[in-house]
Amino acid sequence: MAQGPAETLKTTPLFERHLAASGRMVPFGGYNLPVQYPLGIMAEHKWTREQAGLFDVSHMGPSFLRLNQPSGDAEADHADISAVIEPLVCGDIAGLRRGQIRYTILLNDQGGALDDLMIARSPSSGGELYIVVNAGTKDADFARIEAAAGDRATLIRADGDHALLALQGPAAVAVLGTLVPGVTDLGFMTHAAFPWAAGQILVARSGYTGEDGFEILVPSADAPALWDQLLTDERVKPIGLGARDSLRLEAGLPLYGHDLDPGISPIEAGLGFAVSKRRREAGDFPGAARILAEREGQLSRVRVGLLVEGAPAREGAEILDASGAAIGVITSGGFAPSLGKAIALGFVPPAHAAIGTRLQVAVRGRAQPAEVVPTPFVPHRYFRQAKAS
Amino acid sequence: MTTKFTPEHEYIRVEGSTGIVGITPYAQEQLGDIVFVELPQVGQQLSKGAEAAVVESVKAASEIYAPVSGVVTEVNPALAGQPGLINSDPEAEGWLFKLTIADAAELQTLLDADGYAELTL
Repeated sequence: MAQGPAETLKTTPLFERHLAASGRMVPFGGYNLPVQYPLGIMAEHKWTREQAGLFDVSHMGPSFLRLNQPSGDAEADHADISAVIEPLVCGDIAGLRRGQIRYTILLNDQGGALDDLMIARSPSSGGELYIVVNAGTKDADFARIEAAAGDRATLIRADGDHALLALQGPAAVAVLGTLVPGVTDLGFMTHAAFPWAAGQILVARSGYTGEDGFEILVPSADAPALWDQLLTDERVKPIGLGARDSLRLEAGLPLYGHDLDPGISPIEAGLGFAVSKRRREAGDFPGAARILAEREGQLSRVRVGLLVEGAPAREGAEILDASGAAIGVITSGGFAPSLGKAIALGFVPPAHAAIGTRLQVAVRGRAQPAEVVPTPFVPHRYFRQAKAS
Repeated sequence: MTTKFTPEHEYIRVEGSTGIVGITPYAQEQLGDIVFVELPQVGQQLSKGAEAAVVESVKAASEIYAPVSGVVTEVNPALAGQPGLINSDPEAEGWLFKLTIADAAELQTLLDADGYAELTL
């Protein structure tokens, strides 16, 4: 296992809590974080699908991008702050409603993914965005955003003085609703601020497990008490990074640095939905020529979901066609606790990507059968508000 | 009946000229939930230290090495359907394979229970 000296690892405001809960600490994204607690990855995974799991995701990069000279007209200010960030991503940020969150992709000039991230419009202030990026890419992302902002806007990092918690699972809304009643009214992919302790917390109805749930930005000083309070509810257990990974894999969600990287475009990665209609029609994002051409079918590879028979096919395993010729590679793979089977994400030429295509994967020099299946592997159960009739 | 251990956390329980090989309680604890096991072929000739089996947890695959040289005589048939036996009962029902011990002198190079316990303190 490759790991740097322990003293170079950063800790989160919940480090002591992880130690107290006998978390098995590992280096991840430069932080010392629990891969699992004594319950174990399998049981932690299933608990999250059945009840509610509490995750410390403070290694990620929450931040705020604020207009330096807001006009006071909320709509005009939102248009101005959107104009700062939109040239870097393929999502429609200008079109966000107050409090709405959008999943989008930070692109290089070749249309490759520098990161996948969440951008949200402030529920209250005009000219402010809440942006959450991945741990491994956050310094580069923030530098890129700051360079684009120039003197028009200021990026305020929230990762140094806050913790980010995720509460995920079917019981999450009932649990958090007892502490913060207003969260039950939040729609999927919206966020709002709520008073907490002497200050406030920012609660987003979002997550990366495929379940209903929340991501909560809380000041570092208040984080351990919030963690403790959530865990007093018997429906909540702390969950480590191991189950976080198996949950997101079952949900068919890409892991940056594995299923997405600077060479992979959103279209190749099956994230065409993240290229918003308005942006597509304007063609005004980095790598638009490539991405629009790929959208019309000029693709050499696409991401597929695979159900693997036998041993799990891990990242780096070759994907073979029925005759045994190498056609692609697995980018994430493992065992799906909810299915009791091995699953994987990987890239293959479009000719081999149809649902039901029989392929093979090479594991330890042997070919094992695999079939292209739809993703998510386990259906998403996000909260959807009933439409007014 | 003697049980010997490798620094890589395999055990070999010696019953006459047969050795029963598995992984230690410490090893299963470290690996976490075992979800798949790849066992050697019956009749396969293993030399000491050679890769003999693979156990896979949710997160990763780990190689299991032959503690001593010998010919595989039996593999645990229960593990195909219940790989979790390695977690719940590593030293009895969760055994991996049996082999005929080719050279009893090789056993002397392994750790005894006290030596292994010291290693995993």
